[in-house]
Amino acid sequence: MKIKSTEIIDTFAEAFKMYGSRIIITAETKEWAMAAAQSITGFATSVIGCKCEAGIETEIPANASPDLRPGVSVLLFAMDSESLGKRLMERIGQCVMTCPSTACYNGIDQGNEITVGGQLRYFGDGFQISKKIAEKQLWRIPVMDGEFLVDDIFKTKEAVGGGNILILGKDQNTTLKAAKSAVKAMREIPNIILPFPNGVVRSGSKVGSKYKALIASTNDAYCPTLSSIVEKTEISKGINSVLEIVIDGLTLNAVEEAMYIGINASIKPGIKKISAGNYGGGLGQYQIQLHKLLERNN
Amino acid sequence: MALNLKLHTQPEVPLEADCICPDKLQSLENNEISSLILFHGNRQVQLGDFFDCNGTFDGEIVIDGDLSNVKHIGATMSFGKITVEGNVGLHAGAAMRGGEITIEGSSSGWLGPEMIGGRITVKGDAGHMTGSGYRGSEIGMQGGEIIVHGNVKNETGHAMRRGLIVVGGNSGDFTGVNMHAGTIIILGQMGMRTGAGMKRGSIISFNQAALLPTFSRNCEYHPSFIKFYFKYLEEIGFKIDPSHLNSTFERWSGDSIELNRGEILLSMSKK
Repeated sequence: MKIKSTEIIDTFAEAFKMYGSRIIITAETKEWAMAAAQSITGFATSVIGCKCEAGIETEIPANASPDLRPGVSVLLFAMDSESLGKRLMERIGQCVMTCPSTACYNGIDQGNEITVGGQLRYFGDGFQISKKIAEKQLWRIPVMDGEFLVDDIFKTKEAVGGGNILILGKDQNTTLKAAKSAVKAMREIPNIILPFPNGVVRSGSKVGSKYKALIASTNDAYCPTLSSIVEKTEISKGINSVLEIVIDGLTLNAVEEAMYIGINASIKPGIKKISAGNYGGGLGQYQIQLHKLLERNN
Repeated sequence: MALNLKLHTQPEVPLEADCICPDKLQSLENNEISSLILFHGNRQVQLGDFFDCNGTFDGEIVIDGDLSNVKHIGATMSFGKITVEGNVGLHAGAAMRGGEITIEGSSSGWLGPEMIGGRITVKGDAGHMTGSGYRGSEIGMQGGEIIVHGNVKNETGHAMRRGLIVVGGNSGDFTGVNMHAGTIIILGQMGMRTGAGMKRGSIISFNQAALLPTFSRNCEYHPSFIKFYFKYLEEIGFKIDPSHLNSTFERWSGDSIELNRGEILLSMSKK
């Protein structure tokens, strides 16, 4: 399949079942809410090394936020609900509670319940106060600039991680521009995040390594510098740079929509191929076929 | 269709009408409802001696007339809705567990005493001891909501342990006296000795108030949890002047003769 001059490879993105949660952070100003959001989503690019994947979903205007202050919505993903609960505790405690003027709320209606505020409250050393408003329970933890307000319960739900597209371009500059415009378009889609820096990853990985201690290593088939020396390469003539965009989403639909939007936005002169990463279909629960995705939406 | 009860004879002495409760009427025909026993003073009477009964009970009871002398309406109710088109007498919603009572007029004293759940809304005023514990009880209201659009008198939320009381007008003396926990919001002025003997809990006022010397001032700040109450009250039809939205509050701790873990938040916007 070709769109303009770009070949769409007949392959699939292999995505995994993960667990996701949405965290709403509000603060006195948008800047402070964003500071906490950037902190909580730091060092959270891949579960392989960071134990979770996280990113900023969207900004929330004051009139639509839980406490009528400017907010930011963050999505956090892990491989199971228990692990996600631990990450929520650690990150809300260390990255949001510490940030001046912030408050932190659950952003998912239904799912497994994780007690977060109910554990963080002990930081209040007995001075914490519980408030129940309708069915919502909040904890007010005294801190040096006033109070940190946090939901007692956060919810997690089954989600999809590892949706991806690979952009194969003629050079680094062209590929970067294509990836940037894809990220810009994909970030308009709700319920997803792109966990890597600026939404883009260059160090795509394959399963396993020649070194026994490593569970993943560089995806040599897509490394232009190795194209003539590895057994199998995906780098054909004229391709000198490959970038990947990884998508985690609260639903499969959202991941597919983001991939579709991303593929279309990245098709530009100099982009030779669009592909997707997979492990032969043996690991992930979801296979998102590129051709089917494009045919279905066109 | 709702069950309609219309007061046709004004009781000369208080009428004890705790049978006017969805839990007690849900499986009865209208003739059985009219035959229910009430106490008129110390004499047994039938509900039909004072009320016309029409319509069909579908979870809602609408009561028409001046019920100022009718007590215990909705006491212990756990579901459904009671709408009183006029005033209501003592002990309305006593020990209520769920459901909703709306009083279009005003309420006498002891509104929602020892309430556990549900919501009582009074469009007019309410009397003394709103949401309180009975004399001798260590614990009063344990849950639910009482929303009074007008004024309340003394000892609102006495010994309250959980729940929410909101007063659109003024409150009398001893608001939140001996309070254990929960939240009381007073939009108007509060009388004397607010929070006397309170252990925990929050009393929030949009006016300044003279507090007991056993309360100590902590700071001025913007408690963001109050905005949740704003949003929630607006959702249930209770309007608060939006100018209060970003108020700065003085936080006072007390009562130091008890645990000293209670708080009184006073808006500084009208200082």
